Amino acid sequence: MKVMRCPLNGERNISEFTCFGELTDPPAPDEASDAEWAAYLWNSNNTAGVVREWWCHLPTSYWFIAERNTVTDEILRTYPAAELFAKGDKA
Amino acid sequence: MPFGLLKYGLRKRYPAGPDLSWPSDLKSRYDVVVIGGGGHGLAIAYHLAKDWGIHDVCVLDKGYIGGGNTARNTTVIRSNYITPESVRFYKAAVDLFGTLSSELGFNLMYSQRGQLTLAHSDATIRTFRLRAEVGKFLGTRIEMVDRAQIHEIVPSLHMPEDARYPILGGLWHEDGGTARHDALAWGYAARAQEFGVEVHQRTEVTGIRIEKGRAAGVETSRGAIGAGQVVQAVAGMSSAVAKMAGIVLPIRTYPLQAMVTQPLKPFLDPLVSSAGLHVYVSQSARGELVIGGGSDPYELYSTRPTLEMKEGLAQHLLELFPFLANVQILRQWAGITDMTPDYSPIMGRSPLENYWLDAGWGTYGFKATPASGKYMAQAIATGAVPEIIAPFGLERFATMDLVNEMGATAASH
Repeated sequence: MKVMRCPLNGERNISEFTCFGELTDPPAPDEASDAEWAAYLWNSNNTAGVVREWWCHLPTSYWFIAERNTVTDEILRTYPAAELFAKGDKA
Repeated sequence: MPFGLLKYGLRKRYPAGPDLSWPSDLKSRYDVVVIGGGGHGLAIAYHLAKDWGIHDVCVLDKGYIGGGNTARNTTVIRSNYITPESVRFYKAAVDLFGTLSSELGFNLMYSQRGQLTLAHSDATIRTFRLRAEVGKFLGTRIEMVDRAQIHEIVPSLHMPEDARYPILGGLWHEDGGTARHDALAWGYAARAQEFGVEVHQRTEVTGIRIEKGRAAGVETSRGAIGAGQVVQAVAGMSSAVAKMAGIVLPIRTYPLQAMVTQPLKPFLDPLVSSAGLHVYVSQSARGELVIGGGSDPYELYSTRPTLEMKEGLAQHLLELFPFLANVQILRQWAGITDMTPDYSPIMGRSPLENYWLDAGWGTYGFKATPASGKYMAQAIATGAVPEIIAPFGLERFATMDLVNEMGATAASH
């Protein structure tokens, strides 16, 4: 079993985690066109390489950030979301 | 007949020559450049030449033909989808498979033996009813079956009533079948070459040339080529190749794992599939059980296997056929699948003029090969996208006209 390090719970089996996709910036709600909204909703960078994603440790509902390589299946780094977002910042 | 075979074997001309010849040099320009020498790309090239007289076509592959996901699927052919758009399209593919071996002069070992899909919940029974009625209406052979009929179709199936996931009913799709996947690529390549199509292996596309807002050619590891039209048919790498053309696709790439057991005496004629248990199985002509299931849990471009997925496949298969407990696994592998949000492919025009998409084939590309080849060729040759593939255009996402096949696709191959 592959092991992932949860910033809260330490090393756990990867089956306890769910990936919620790459960090993206939503378009500005008042200015975005329909096409921009559709692109944000459906499209994906689908990067072959290092990505930065939201992950969740399901048993504890703890959300955090993981950086991993989608070609080699290596998890490079996991850290609390607070490292990226100061209090009150938007995504 | 036995003497004929002996005579053939002893002939001086035996073995016959290679099926394919390899052109040495790339020309500076082709009418159509197809990126990707898998089943889909080769089928498009074949139909461009045969149906539409466009012979100045080249197919480029960074490896060898049929060496990507064409050879990594589990060769399920079926048309028991849920939306009329999908049923109509996949039925066209199933119909083409029926005569494809003779059309290509290449033995695809096409074997139409029916597919049985199992329901373990009332919700699944309800969607089966809808699938059966949609399928019947559009002329496919499909019907609901009860437990007694399931036992008749697959007597070896373990169906206790007190199981955790008891089998409540099934969807019997007589049109379901399998074929040899690498033969499909080779058959199309061999016939396409006879029409003058050039197949260049070990030729990697490294960029798309764009002039005046249109696709005008490709950069390759062997130099630049001009092109009237460019088509991408690169399952597994669709996002990466489309990015070269400046196009972002609604695709996420996941591995899909499968495995094969040691050969057994024939006991399983139809293909058996259970979405509820995340497993499907068929017995190959060699007697091996071909076992597949659900996708990996997170996005990845790697074809590495994982023990937990293989354990899951084995565990679920044993729910259906407990007597296989001591059977050995012979081979296992993974393919990478381009999943779209609605589990339907992306065929047709792209935002870049003269650049065509044959992408997003997720876990359902092999069965569609003949139809996507035929109708994509028609679209490229005439400039008008045929009605049968029109619902699968990239623009459906912007207009929210999705073709939702999630329920009829996930783990039910």
